[in-house]
Formats: sequence, structure tokens, C-alpha cells
Amino acid sequence: MSKPVFSLQNITVTVGDNVRILDNLNFDIFDGDFITVLGTNGAGKSTLFNTIAGNLKIASGVLKHHDKNIANDSAVSRTDYIARVFQDPKMGTAPRMTVAENLLLAEKRGKKRTLHSRGLTKEKLAEYANITKVMGNNLDTRLQTATGNLSGGQRQALSFLMATRVKPELLLLDEHTAALDPKTSEQLMLATNEQVTKNKLTALMITHNLADALKYGNRLIILNAGKIVLDVRDSDKAALDDTQILKYFMA
Amino acid sequence: MSMIVSSIGQGLLWAVLGVALFLTFRILDFPDMTVEGSFPLGAATTVAMIAHGINPYLATIAAFLVGAGAGLITGLLYTKGRIPILLAGILVMTAALSINLRIMGSANISLLNQKSIFSANFLQHLPKYFDAVFVGFIIITIITLALIFFLQTDLGQAFIATGDNATMAQSIGIKTDRMTIMGLMLSNGLIAFGGAVIAQNNGYADINMGIGIIVIALASIIIGEVVFGELSLNERLVAVIVGSILYRLVLLAVLQLGFSTNDLNLISAIVLAIAMMLPRLRHALKLDSLIKKGVAPHE
Repeated sequence: MSKPVFSLQNITVTVGDNVRILDNLNFDIFDGDFITVLGTNGAGKSTLFNTIAGNLKIASGVLKHHDKNIANDSAVSRTDYIARVFQDPKMGTAPRMTVAENLLLAEKRGKKRTLHSRGLTKEKLAEYANITKVMGNNLDTRLQTATGNLSGGQRQALSFLMATRVKPELLLLDEHTAALDPKTSEQLMLATNEQVTKNKLTALMITHNLADALKYGNRLIILNAGKIVLDVRDSDKAALDDTQILKYFMA
Repeated sequence: MSMIVSSIGQGLLWAVLGVALFLTFRILDFPDMTVEGSFPLGAATTVAMIAHGINPYLATIAAFLVGAGAGLITGLLYTKGRIPILLAGILVMTAALSINLRIMGSANISLLNQKSIFSANFLQHLPKYFDAVFVGFIIITIITLALIFFLQTDLGQAFIATGDNATMAQSIGIKTDRMTIMGLMLSNGLIAFGGAVIAQNNGYADINMGIGIIVIALASIIIGEVVFGELSLNERLVAVIVGSILYRLVLLAVLQLGFSTNDLNLISAIVLAIAMMLPRLRHALKLDSLIKKGVAPHE
């Protein structure tokens, strides 16, 4: 197998009085992996994301991006290659700015923001109409609407598009459909899967929905008490079912 | 009539403060008390420099730089020192009092018989108070156009996003601390610049001239919003300028009622409080339907 894009080596993260929320974790992420992440509350899923994104300091271990240890790099500097969609629809977009303005902002991820005109041209709007159309929730008709006036589903779809506007080396999906109603949630999951597969994105997706975890992605991991208790891919993943997974939750 | 011209001139000159405060109060979404220090700081710097024989235009630009310095300190205290923004502003405002006394050497310096940006030959030939209208109009037009340009750049959009949703801004690589510091520097630089211009228009700088400044600047923002309602960002900047002029006209009307200039701070506060409560009052007292009923023809 080729070299991993990201490599977590013996990563430990502690809170308070030496409580280990990630415990000596070892985990490689390869190019093109679409990994679903399962685990009970407190298993360390969000901690894993915050550690990779740089919002949490690690107590010990090495976090490699290709050959470089990025464990001490700031969260903002890691956004050059890591993008994220949050669970809360309010967190991923600027509410008083329009859909088009939000997309423009996201387009500059990893680039210098200078005194150049932002360039919100007719061509740009036409391009945005195209890319928002694929989400199938009328986002394309609301490009000039402040995102604060969108529905939760539209905002999450926008957050997703913003995160993938500049192709990231790693996309972190933090239960990004959990706050939505079942129908909207399923619609966004389908769109997510389509985009991730079509654009060969490397993604980690936290979910509490067992069916989604089994259905999507080429790899599945289960976290329990800060450790990875199951890591399966391809045919092994396809062979899994609900009851087998639930066993790992008990462990 | 001349009082109205004077009010319009004052409104245009003071509009600089409203537009500058808009950057922090509305875009970054916090009240920046530093302005009560940077306003007299700009005035003191410029008047002291002019008194030492320095070119008034240079001295006015210097005020911007000194004000930006004050904003930088507030920004560092807030972002790096983790001091709450209100307190960070109050600290710098308080410190500026001593700095201003150092700069001026006394509590008050006059520009009597000194040149200022209002001394240009053609301004002297304008009718009374029209010099302030002319200078104020030129200055606020340039500043507003520059801000409109800035806010539509990639940097300006990153600045707006920082105030709108810092978490999201960081997640797409915007260095929000830097944006906050930049906003505070720009805002306070403009406030100090406004202080420099107003001091030259008044003909003196005074240690107490910063008191109540934030209320005056807020009043122009809020009045503009109450009068015009929903607007685009660019239009909102223009609304602040109109708000500033309206505020001066309200003051003029109140003074005509027999109040003295000593009452100005009280009146400013009352005007602002009413303007801020107006949307609520309008709803609670059903003023809109009342007015509509009043003008609708009887059936």
C-alpha cells in the first residue's frame, strides 16, 4: 500500500487530571479513503477530529502530514489542506453574508487574502448556480440570500460545498447531517457520498447512524474509550452487519 | 438658516466617527471603548504638531497613525492578552488620558493664529460654516469610497467573515486575530483622524473632548438604521453619514428649545436611547398602524 497522507502515531490526548480521551492511538489515512467513524458518546470521536484539525493539543505522539510532523502547527495553518463540516448548521457559514459571498470566502482557503477585488462576477454566479444545483435543495436559487435566512439543510449543503470548494487533502465530516430532519439528512448524505466518490476526496465521517456507516465509505473504524477497537476496509467492511458492530460498542 | 448649514457641516465632519465605529460595532460586532481615547489622542497629536510648526496636512495624517497605534494596543490586549474587549478598550482609553496630557503639555491648546486644514485660501472665501461642509464632504466621501472598496476585496471579506462567524472563518484559514487587530487599527485610526479634523475646525484641542464620543458615533449608526431599515452593506455606510447629519439637526432642535450646550451629553444619551428603543416601541405601541390609521381616508 502507498504511503499514508496522514499518520497518527501513538497519539495521546488528556483532559483535566490525566484522563486519556485518546489513548495511544495509531491510525493511518490513505489517499481516497472514505472512512466512517462510529463510537458511543465520549468514545473520543470529536476529540479525534479536533486533534487532527489542530483545535486540541496532543499530550504525546506524532501527527504526520506526508513526512512532516504537524502536531505543533496551528489550526488555521492546517486549513491549507484540511477542511471541515460541523454538526451545527450555524457554525459553518457566515449568517449575514450571502451564499455566493460564503462560497467566495471558501474559494480562498489556503491562499493569501489581499486587497484584490473579490471578483463576484456574473460568470462566478453562473458557476455557483451550477455547483449548488447538484445539492438538489434549491440552494442555486438563493445565491444572493444571506445564509442566516436559509434552512438548516441548505446551510449544511452550503457548508459542505464550501469545505470542498478547494479540494482538501482531508475532509472532516462531524455528524454533518445529525441536526437535520430524516429526509433532508438522507438527501445530504446521498449528495455527500456522490461528491466524495466522484471527486475522490479523502474523508473522515463521524455518524451515529449505523446504517449510514455501513452503507457509505470504503473503510469503517469504531472508537471506544479513546482507542480504535475496529478498523476494517473494503470487503471486510461490506461483510459487517449491525449486530457485529454493536458488540464493539459494549467492549 | 446658517445654523442648519453649521449642523450639516458638523454632521459631515462627525460622520467619520460613525463610519469608523461601524467597522467595530457592526462588522466585528463589539463595542470598542478605545475610541474615547483615540479621538482626543488624534486631536492632541495634530494640534500639538501644528503648534510646533508642522504642516497641518501632515499633522492630520499623523493623527491617523497614532490612533491606529491605540487600536493596535487594544487589539493585542484583546486577542493575545485575552482581556475582554470592553475592558481592553477602557484600559487604553484611560491610559490615553495621560498620554494626551503629555502630548499637549496642558489640558487645552489653542490653534489661534495657526494654520490648519481649514486655512486654505478658497475656504476662507466661502460663506460662514460652508468650509466645514466642504471639507467634511470631501473627507467623508473619500473615506466611504475607500471603505466600500476595501470591504469588497478578499481581505475585506475575510474581515467581515471574522465578525460574522469566527469559527467558520478560522476553519477556512482566516487568521481572525489579525483581522480583529486590523479592524481596531483602521477604526481607531479613522476616529483619531476625525478628532484631528474636528479639533482644527473648533480651533483647539481639549483633554476632555473624548467624553461621550462613543455615544455620538453610535447615534449616527443607530439613527441611520432606524430611518432606513434593511440596506446593503455599502448603503449602510451612507446611512451612517445621513444619520450623523440627522443627529446634528436633532441637537440643533433641542438647543432651540432652550437647553444649553452643557446639557449636550445628557441629550446625546437620551437621543441614542430613544433611537435604540424605537423598533421595540414602534412594535409595542403599534405606532405604524396608528400612523396609517391617521392618514387613511375615512370610510
